[in-house]
Amino acid sequence: MTHILRAPLDNHILEQLSAGDEVLVQGTVYAARDAAHQRMAAALEAGEQLPFDINGQIIYYVGPCPAPPGHVIGSAGPTTSSRMDVYTPPLLARGLKAMIGKGDRSQVVKDAMVKYGAVYLAAVGGAGVYLARRIISVETIAYPELGPEALLKMELEDFPCIVAIDMRGNSVYRTWTG
Amino acid sequence: MRVVNVEQIKEAVCEAVITANTRLPADILEGLQQARDRETVPRARYLLEIMLENARLAQEESMPLCQDTGLVTVHIALGQDVHLTGGDLYAAVNQGVREGYKKGYFRASMVKDPLNRINTGDNTPAVVHVEFTPGEELVITVFPKGAGSENMSRTAMLKPAEGWEGVRRFVIETVKIANANPCPPIIVGVGLGGNLEKACLLAKKALLRPINQAHPDSAIAAKEAELLQVINQLGIGPQGLGGDITALAVNMEVYPTHIASLPVAVSLNCHSARRAVVRI
Repeated sequence: MTHILRAPLDNHILEQLSAGDEVLVQGTVYAARDAAHQRMAAALEAGEQLPFDINGQIIYYVGPCPAPPGHVIGSAGPTTSSRMDVYTPPLLARGLKAMIGKGDRSQVVKDAMVKYGAVYLAAVGGAGVYLARRIISVETIAYPELGPEALLKMELEDFPCIVAIDMRGNSVYRTWTG
Repeated sequence: MRVVNVEQIKEAVCEAVITANTRLPADILEGLQQARDRETVPRARYLLEIMLENARLAQEESMPLCQDTGLVTVHIALGQDVHLTGGDLYAAVNQGVREGYKKGYFRASMVKDPLNRINTGDNTPAVVHVEFTPGEELVITVFPKGAGSENMSRTAMLKPAEGWEGVRRFVIETVKIANANPCPPIIVGVGLGGNLEKACLLAKKALLRPINQAHPDSAIAAKEAELLQVINQLGIGPQGLGGDITALAVNMEVYPTHIASLPVAVSLNCHSARRAVVRI
C-alpha cells in the first residue's frame, strides 16, 4: 500500500506509517541543506524566528541544479541527511514532522523523532532528473545569497519516498554489531 | 615534437564535463542493467529501475544525472613530446570547467575556503593531476564526483603483518561504515601500496578503469572478485534499503611500498559513476 503525505502533518497521520512503507509526497516542502540549516540554527540560538512556520511541515535535504530553459528546476535528488543531524533536534522540537533525504540518521535524531513525533523518508539518491520532474514549482524564500544552498519552498507531485525511520524509531537501515 | 594550444584543452574539458554529467559510461549502464536482472529483492529491483530511468532521462534531456555535479578531478596524461602553448594549463582546465558548468546548467558546488565556505559560483577550481607518458599523445579524463560518496573515503597505514587479511577487513569495514550514504550500488576503488598520497591516488585511478575490465594481473583480479563477493553478502543493497547488489565492482590498483608500510586507501563511487575521456 502506498500512503499519500501532504503537509501540514500531525502525529495522528504519522502513526499510520511504518519503516519500509512506500509514500508519495504531495504539496509543499521546504528545501534546505547544510548552509541553510546552519542559518536556521543560528536564528533559533539568537531567539529569532525561522523564515517559515515549521510546525507540521516537511524539509527536503536538497541543493538543486539551476533550472535549464523550459524547466522549473534542474536535477534535484536528495543529499546525505547525516550532515544535518546536528541541526535537527531543535527543528523537531518546533514541530518539523518529516524530513526527506538519503542515508541513516544519528541516534540523537532518532530519539528526538520519537520524542516529538516525526518520520524520516528516503528518496532515491542519484535520481536527480527523475525526481526533478515531480517538482512542479519552486520559490526562494530565504538566504538567496547561498546560491544552491538557499532555502526554497517547493510544490511536489507524486514524489516517491520510502519510510526509512518511522515515529516509533524503527529503521530500514542495516546495522552491524562488532 | 607536437604543439598543442591550451585553448584546445579548455574546449575539450568543457565538452567532457557536459558529457560526463549527462551520460553514464556504457560499462556503468551495463553494470546497472545486469544488477537489475540479478537482484532478487523486489524493492531493490524497483530502485535499480529508477536509476536506469534516470540515466535515460538525463541523456534524453541533457540534464545532469545527479544534482551533485561534483568536484571535478581532471587527469591529464601528457605525452612528453607535446609542447603546450597559449597560456597556463591549469587556467585553461579551470576555464573549461567554468564554461561547461555554465552551459550545462550544472550546480556550482565548490567553496573557496573550507572554513569560511563561500561558494566560488562556477564550480572551480578543479583538482588537476598531470602525468607524463612517452610520445605525443594527450589524454584528458574528467571525473566529476559527488560528496556523498567522496565523504565516505578512508585510508589506513596498516602493519605489514596484517597482510591481505588486514586489507580485506579495512575495505569491508569502509563499505559498512558508508552504508547507504554513497548511493549504492557502489563501485569500490582500492589503492594498495606506495605511500599515503600514492595509495589515495591509486584508489581514485582504480575508479577510472571501466568496471567490466578486471585487473590484468590475475592475482589482483582474484582479490577484486573476492572483495566484491564479500561486499555483496552484506545486504546493504541499492540505496542501503536492502538487497543483493551493494557494489557493481571492486577495482584495485597496486604499487610497491616501503619495507615497514602497508598503505591502503578506499574510494567509493556512487551508482552514477561519471567520467569522460578525450584524446587530443
